[in-house]
Amino acid sequence: MSRLKATRTAICTLALLLTGSALSSAEAAGTLTIATVNNGDMIVMRQLSSEFEKAHPDIHLNWVTLEENVLRQRVTTDIAMKTGQFDVVTIGNYEVPIWAKQGWLTEIKPDAAYDVNDILPTVRDSLTADGKLYALPFYAESVMTYYRKDLFQKAGLTMPDAPTYDQIRQFADKITDKTNQVYGICLRGKPGWGENMAYISSLANTFGAQWFDMSWKPTMTSDAWKATLNWYVSALKADGPPGATSNGFNENLALFASGHCGIWIDSTVAGGLLFDPKQSQVADKVGFAPSPKGPYGKGPTWLWSWSLAVPVSSHQSADAQTFITWATSKDYVKLVAAQKGWVAVPAGTRASTYAAPEYVKAAPFASFVLNAIKTADPNGPTAQPRPYTGAQFVGIPEFQAIGTQVGQTVAATLSDQMTVDQALTSAQASITRALRQSGRAR
Amino acid sequence: MALKTKTSTRIGVTILGWGIALWLFFPIFWMILTSFKSEVQAISTPPKLFFMPTLSSYGEVFERASYWHFALNTVIVSVGATAIAVALAVPAAYSMAFLPSKRTRGTLLWMLSTRMLPPVGVLVPIYLLARNTHLLDTCTGLAVVDMLTNLPIIVWMLYTFFREVPAPILEAGRMDGATRWQEMTMVLLPLALPGIASTALLSLILCWNEAFWSLNLTSSHAAPLTAFIASFSSPEGLFFGKLSAASTLAVAPILVFGWISQKQLVRGLTFGAVK
Repeated sequence: MSRLKATRTAICTLALLLTGSALSSAEAAGTLTIATVNNGDMIVMRQLSSEFEKAHPDIHLNWVTLEENVLRQRVTTDIAMKTGQFDVVTIGNYEVPIWAKQGWLTEIKPDAAYDVNDILPTVRDSLTADGKLYALPFYAESVMTYYRKDLFQKAGLTMPDAPTYDQIRQFADKITDKTNQVYGICLRGKPGWGENMAYISSLANTFGAQWFDMSWKPTMTSDAWKATLNWYVSALKADGPPGATSNGFNENLALFASGHCGIWIDSTVAGGLLFDPKQSQVADKVGFAPSPKGPYGKGPTWLWSWSLAVPVSSHQSADAQTFITWATSKDYVKLVAAQKGWVAVPAGTRASTYAAPEYVKAAPFASFVLNAIKTADPNGPTAQPRPYTGAQFVGIPEFQAIGTQVGQTVAATLSDQMTVDQALTSAQASITRALRQSGRAR
Repeated sequence: MALKTKTSTRIGVTILGWGIALWLFFPIFWMILTSFKSEVQAISTPPKLFFMPTLSSYGEVFERASYWHFALNTVIVSVGATAIAVALAVPAAYSMAFLPSKRTRGTLLWMLSTRMLPPVGVLVPIYLLARNTHLLDTCTGLAVVDMLTNLPIIVWMLYTFFREVPAPILEAGRMDGATRWQEMTMVLLPLALPGIASTALLSLILCWNEAFWSLNLTSSHAAPLTAFIASFSSPEGLFFGKLSAASTLAVAPILVFGWISQKQLVRGLTFGAVK
């Protein structure tokens, strides 16, 4: 009898627990759910968000931190199925124009005090579709070259003000010292549209290559693409670290920060991490230069911004806009500076940040990054006319799948499973197939 | 000569056993070790085995996320899903073991075949069902999905354990006037308790570690420890120390629980193996 009673009690307790948990999920009015990634700037925003809640006592913030690819998948599902789980989403300038055209994002109309004209024009334009602003930039980045000043000095080398890829290759050859695990060059090799293909697309632009011609026919078998991949593969094989196909941004950051890379070409956001002695063993030995130029020399240039947007499925659009306006405002920059120091303020978005002498003093690379972002032109001309926009990506929905598939093919060349010619022929066929399936090309 | 061979075989088997055990445990050992390193030490090449340990990663993990909120959700979901699954599986396995029909074997195989489908194949319908029943981001929704996912395995395991119970014992109960319910609860369950306990423990571990549905069906309120771990992966920045600390905190409770109940687990899994 007592056993039966115990069983009944256990079942009732369980039912209460589960029911309670179900009821607790009912969203209280005034609670904003924010989906974000685990980047340093986002963590600071989360820590300082209590200030926003103090200023807006009727708005409570609920944070969901997800891995980047999971975030994209979750947010896409949420918006496409109109679930309304998220009120604010963290997305990049790849998604913003595509999602805006789909009608998934709410137009943002900040007031005059926000000073939208203070946002760097290149960044603002990348978040605008049909003349309407659909997201506010939290931080932005372009591309630059990092190098080890001590290794260059030891080898008697000087980094030019505007290096070329031929020079970079020569420098990498000279400073490579594999017996001491010092590798002349580190580049992204991990397959993925946002990993190796972000760098390779950017490299292809300056070598005069492009993804498609005006009739959406892939141009992967062109001489320019062959030259691009030949440079990339031969540089990494001769002077790169072992297992380069496993190295994305974070892995290369770790390699450079621990003294194993001589040159690294990647996002400007790495500057703050490499110059921070708490995170980098080579903080006092890092030099920087612009992204190198290839034979074409021009072409669209890398621009990425992590931005905050409000999906149309949100039931609290007005409160969500209030929050994203606060998180990307000049006052927020000042708040970060006061609480965390100027070096921690979000970079690459506001001209006023770079006008602050305290920031320029705290971040020696500040003016350099500003110039890189101001001159970044993701819509710049390729060697031949093109039907798409974007520098390190192609601004079409199919690119996530195409880019990742080609990324795997390129990685196969690094591990000697394919030659460059075979990889490009294979990429040409797979892209053609993908675009036919999507109906974009005949 | 035979004694020598026996001794050398025993030593060889012991070394092999220890070797495999260490090989299997090494990733967990390395994760725990990394959780006590600074981010710079965590990425150093060659990897450092000896270093000055720090709790900084744990400090940051606790500062950034509410561990107890995620842990409580995991406990509710795992215990809830396991309890419901066992409650449903016991009568199902009882009927299949002691009252088989010509379709029993086919039904068992069909149940198991549902495990062969990749979960992502049913993501959209399950997501829509959860949305329409307001079970998205609730422990109830996740517990139901976890329960349904593990039910085939639990039924199969219990069926196997019940088959080991001699039918004449149940018949004797019936002869004494026991009803089906009494026969099941008063005769069968006490006899098969080690098997049921080990099945429940296995289900608990599977629910605890389940990541796919956790990441897709929850966001904040019902997010369990697997979502807690995933939130420490960063696309731009060093995170290996913090990720290791979060993972160690997430697996610690179930690891300790498994350690304490290992005798029961082994006893249950070998239940009926030797007659």
